[in-house]
Amino acid sequence: MKGDLRSAVFVTSWPAYLIVAAGALIMLTPFYFMFVFATHSRTEIFNLPPPLWFGDHLIDNLTNLTERLPLWHNLGWSIYVALASTLLTLLFCSMAGYAFALFEFRFKRSLFALVMATMLLPSFMNMIPTFMIMDVLGWIDQHRALYIPGAASAFGIFLMRQFALTAVPRELIEAARMDGCGEFAIYWLIVLPLLRPALGTLGLITFIASWNNFIGPLIVMRSVENYTLPLALRSMQSTTNTEWGALMAGAAIATIPLMILFAVSSRQLIAGLTTGAVK
Amino acid sequence: MRLPATFRISPRWAPYILISPFLVLFGVFSVFPLLFSFYLAFHSWEPTGGLQAMEYVGVANFAFALQDEWFWKALGNTAWLALASGLPQHLVGIPLAVFIHLSFKRLRVRDSVAGIYFLPFITSTVAITILFSSLYSTDYGLINAVLHTLFGTENIDWLGKPVYVKPTIAFIVFWRYLGFNVVLYLAALQAIPKDLYEAAEMDGAGRWHQFWCITLPSLRPMIFFGVTLSVIGGLQLFEEPFILTDKGRGGPDQAGMTSAIYLYRMAFDFNDFGGASAMSWLLFIIVALMTWLTNRAFRPHKGSV
Repeated sequence: MKGDLRSAVFVTSWPAYLIVAAGALIMLTPFYFMFVFATHSRTEIFNLPPPLWFGDHLIDNLTNLTERLPLWHNLGWSIYVALASTLLTLLFCSMAGYAFALFEFRFKRSLFALVMATMLLPSFMNMIPTFMIMDVLGWIDQHRALYIPGAASAFGIFLMRQFALTAVPRELIEAARMDGCGEFAIYWLIVLPLLRPALGTLGLITFIASWNNFIGPLIVMRSVENYTLPLALRSMQSTTNTEWGALMAGAAIATIPLMILFAVSSRQLIAGLTTGAVK
Repeated sequence: MRLPATFRISPRWAPYILISPFLVLFGVFSVFPLLFSFYLAFHSWEPTGGLQAMEYVGVANFAFALQDEWFWKALGNTAWLALASGLPQHLVGIPLAVFIHLSFKRLRVRDSVAGIYFLPFITSTVAITILFSSLYSTDYGLINAVLHTLFGTENIDWLGKPVYVKPTIAFIVFWRYLGFNVVLYLAALQAIPKDLYEAAEMDGAGRWHQFWCITLPSLRPMIFFGVTLSVIGGLQLFEEPFILTDKGRGGPDQAGMTSAIYLYRMAFDFNDFGGASAMSWLLFIIVALMTWLTNRAFRPHKGSV
């Protein structure tokens, strides 16, 4: 009986393993070729059959890339914008999330409903108005246009509020107030440390979203020196005779930091990104 | 006793100060632009002419969009792509999640496997799409090379022939978002009480039967959530087709031109901001309608959540 069960499980399992493994291979193969192609010249990439193993043109490709793009500027701006947007988002969303979770104030319910509603607004609704408002503010080709508008994101406020509801005990705040602790000190010294796990998750998500952001820079950035990495890569692709090797090296540069980040934090990241769903 | 508060914020005002950055940013970058875009939808305007060049045209922009061949074509493309990339995410994602759930009992291993599937979701769309455009290349691309070796097929002009453009885009979108759905379903599977299966086993229910009668009904709320996200996401598809097609124009015969791309072109290629605004509101109505329909079709039964 026991043997029967085991064999039944085995028989139903090995095709399952096989399918899962094949799927994983399909997920990983493109990344593998991104790195392989980054080490080959344009002509090698378009050999038949294409190269399946690493070559020795990585340095050439990187040199080529820096000749065609102000790569260090682009990389620097990508880092700068991602960091600035992460810091601002953490600050503003934790403030608002804390207020929505632990305070009573006028229009609280309707305001929160409004925050939730904006999460459902399709991104293309904002495309044209965003350009116009940046034009009016004189923020075209300015990096602040990339990190300020989204710094009070609905998703971030929602995440912070949900977390604060359980992680910040009301009695603790009351007790601190009784002891004469100011409201700012309460937020900075008590609430923020309690929110730390959620801040970590939101920080990761914001950094990655900013690092990958394409539509934002596409609409407001004008000069190549100010481009972030994705837009810079795109601009190189649109020229005729694309330098595939160099472009792949650039794509790899845009991908590697995320892979490292993901390797150290995948569990936290996945949990954060699926919050709304799992409640 | 309380300390005298001279430079102190009273708890009564604290929440307003705490939400003020949100209120300012929300007002300036969300509410105002949205209202302005609504206003603009009834005007004809080229930004190069300055604000005084704005002219009231009534519903002409809406009428134009509704008669515009490309508007409908883009909408059709978008619906096609949303369906062809969205449906497989769930039809493949659900069984895959079940396989992973059943095959890997140790949580660490299961998380790593899910992580592999999740990886495409967090990497840069631009980097990935650029890579795919080389893999899809006609004469020397890896995909054609593999197909030729396996099946002896002629080289396919994936990005140059209208018939192939949409499937090409749909596959990349599917590839990118599959892992996200797998992770959602894995979380839902973990929440199904084990005794349900034990009871079913006692009654002699086979695996297949268990899947149909326990697993699938329990996943219903998550299917609802996942499909809603796919519909919303699919209908605003922009980056993948924009990067895959030459100059972001939507490819041969506009076969890959989605509504979001057409909107972008209308404003930034053709300089018709009024028309583009009207179009964005029409699209908004369509997206809201589609979301509502999905809601109706997949909403969990009352009391089953």
